[in-house]
Amino acid sequence: MGKRVAMEVSIAIAEAVKLARAEVIAAYPITPQTHIVEHLSELVANGELDAEYVTVESEHSAISCCLGSVATGARTFTSTSSQGLALMHEILFIASALRLPVVMVVANRALSAPISIWNDHSDIMAQRDIGWIQTFAENGQEAVDLVLHAFRVAEDRNVMFPMIVNIDGFTLSHVIEPIVLPDQEDVDAFLPPFRPKYKLDPRKPISIGAVGVPEIYFEAKKAQDEAFKNSRRVILRAWKDFATRFGREYHPVETYRMEDAEVGLLIMGSLAETAMTAVDKMREEGKKVGLIRLRLWRPFPTKEFRKAVSGLPVLAVIDRALTPGASGGPVGTEVRSVLYHCARRPRVVNFVAGLGGRDVTVEDFEEMADRAFFYKKKRPKEAYELIGVRES
Amino acid sequence: MIAELSKFKGFTVKNLPKDEPFAPGHRACQGCGEVLALRLAMKALGRDVIVASATGCMEIISSPFPHTSWRVPWIHIAFENAAAVASGVEAALKVLKRHKRFPKNKRVSVVAMAGDGGTADIGLQALSGALERGHDFLYICLDNEAYMNTGVQRSSATPYGAMTTTSPPGAKSFGQMTWKKNLPAIAVAHNIPYVATASPAFFLDLMNKVKKASLIKGPAYIHIFSPCPTGWGCKGEDSIKLARLAVDTKIFPLYEVIEGKYYITRKVVRPKPVEEYLKLQRRFRHLTPEHIEEIQRRVDAEYEKLLKLAEL
Ligand SMILES: Cc1ncc(C[n+]2csc(CCOP(=O)(O)OP(=O)(O)O)c2C)c(N)n1
Ligand code: SF4
Ligand SMILES: [Mg+2]
Repeated sequence: MGKRVAMEVSIAIAEAVKLARAEVIAAYPITPQTHIVEHLSELVANGELDAEYVTVESEHSAISCCLGSVATGARTFTSTSSQGLALMHEILFIASALRLPVVMVVANRALSAPISIWNDHSDIMAQRDIGWIQTFAENGQEAVDLVLHAFRVAEDRNVMFPMIVNIDGFTLSHVIEPIVLPDQEDVDAFLPPFRPKYKLDPRKPISIGAVGVPEIYFEAKKAQDEAFKNSRRVILRAWKDFATRFGREYHPVETYRMEDAEVGLLIMGSLAETAMTAVDKMREEGKKVGLIRLRLWRPFPTKEFRKAVSGLPVLAVIDRALTPGASGGPVGTEVRSVLYHCARRPRVVNFVAGLGGRDVTVEDFEEMADRAFFYKKKRPKEAYELIGVRES
Repeated sequence: MIAELSKFKGFTVKNLPKDEPFAPGHRACQGCGEVLALRLAMKALGRDVIVASATGCMEIISSPFPHTSWRVPWIHIAFENAAAVASGVEAALKVLKRHKRFPKNKRVSVVAMAGDGGTADIGLQALSGALERGHDFLYICLDNEAYMNTGVQRSSATPYGAMTTTSPPGAKSFGQMTWKKNLPAIAVAHNIPYVATASPAFFLDLMNKVKKASLIKGPAYIHIFSPCPTGWGCKGEDSIKLARLAVDTKIFPLYEVIEGKYYITRKVVRPKPVEEYLKLQRRFRHLTPEHIEEIQRRVDAEYEKLLKLAEL
């Protein structure tokens, strides 16, 4: 077992990529992802990681380069944020459709305009439909573990989908936390070398990226969709194996003090720490509040999620992104539709909070919970409400 | 002279490879000069290659699932990123060889291919990045002087005066009103070891340049003139004739730039007037004698510049 040491989460993520023995890294710097790729450059420059670091001229080329690399059979990593992720958009769909298992860490940051380097989830929520497996980390240890998990799942021959591990920009990427970096031999045992069934090799030529005429396009998408849904099993199995080897357990959905809760707060990412403090405080005051956190976002963990909210009267969904003119935030609308067919479903109240680096405080959680209690008896008028924004 | 070329013998009509790594049966138009250039390039390269194609005519006509013309490993990701995809392939091969996950002594040429649109316009940034980073790869631009795949729209490589669907002649326009972007010069500005122009009308010259480019370590760029009967409004059987005329009129000179030094590979001693080339194509039909004179002056001046470069 590795040693617990204090380190910046970005550095720990780069170390995890090294432990995973990534072979090609192509990335373009953008705050707040920079520390991850800077540390990786250093590891390569020092010979501590025997990889090719391709200093591409844009994120569009970063992801394109990654696809070329992974198609040739090399374990491949990249990382970005916000505008960089948006610039990759076109290629992200191609990565999943061509079943090219790149692993990417996204340090979540607001999208421009106004230009902002600070945290929210508008970058990743704009990439909801790209067909990548997506997880959200709560803390540094989880970020490290999810990166190792991502390589294992993405490259599994029964999966072969690219994967994103989301970490909140600054509030997670730049904090120093005690983190256990696993031993190399344990990681090697958990994560065998990447051996794809099909790759670009003159000894066995294949064509990748053919034209999909109308007679075949739909069937190709169906096959992709089914394979994506089936990745669930491998995702869960890999977490189980991870727990056996490393002693840390992960599930698609986490709950905290939900047993007899009347209001459940649903969040993603590193807000969990503040949210738990708020829950503890409210519990002391006799308010029956609990917390649900989605770790797995795609494929959506419908079964686990429904179980987590069964019997719950009110669910307060906290979105970190706005979708103008929609019937809620991206998580809010998703959850409403997941619950639609449940006979005893909670009333769903949707809040949008913490945009562009606005803190979401213990008091904000208390306010959301209070509003949710109020909505137990009364239907909310608006599809979603903004929290923590000045009125004038 | 570049070390990798010291043993280079070159193709002659006697030793042409019979193998066709790019298979027949593709869906290009009759008389397509671009697919001919592609086929010749592949013949020169052989089978130990990995090709990354950009979206465009050649990608579309070669890969309608479940068919493929590619007898070599081939990948198509998108329109603007062939050079970036090839960068990744090259990086992967390097590291896989180091990790003993690919035979160390097997030389594989990494080749990126795109049209003039995928090179001069939307893909220029990715190309520049890949050339600057010094990847060991060959980039081939198949220049048919417009976006043919989407229905003949102008690109920055469309010649002065040419009619396309987005540079139509009219009361206030005589077709394309800008001069063709000099892509080989842009490639040369990256200080790469090898740059060349080629034409399917001079097939041995084309194949030899491609072969050389693939042998040289580091980035190489080849710009191939590719007549397109459909987009140019010429007869299918005139493709080769036009490719030859483009050279003989000095419109598309053939040269190599080896480690920064220019060599003209086909000197035009008795140049033909540009009009002979222009008049065979519907895309130039609207031009006035004044326009043609203007083009002639520009072609002469550009050729003089090239001669000067070759004298240096
Ligand atoms: C991002 C993007 N923009 C536009 C297109 C549409 N498109 C596909 S091919 C093409 C033109 C290709 O022109 P060129 O590169 O010259 O190749 P050609 O077809 O002439 O051989 C265009 C505009 C696209 N596929 N992707
Ligand atoms: S449109 Fe032109 S370049 Fe495209 S296949 Fe037809 S002839 Fe060839
Ligand atoms: Mg073209």
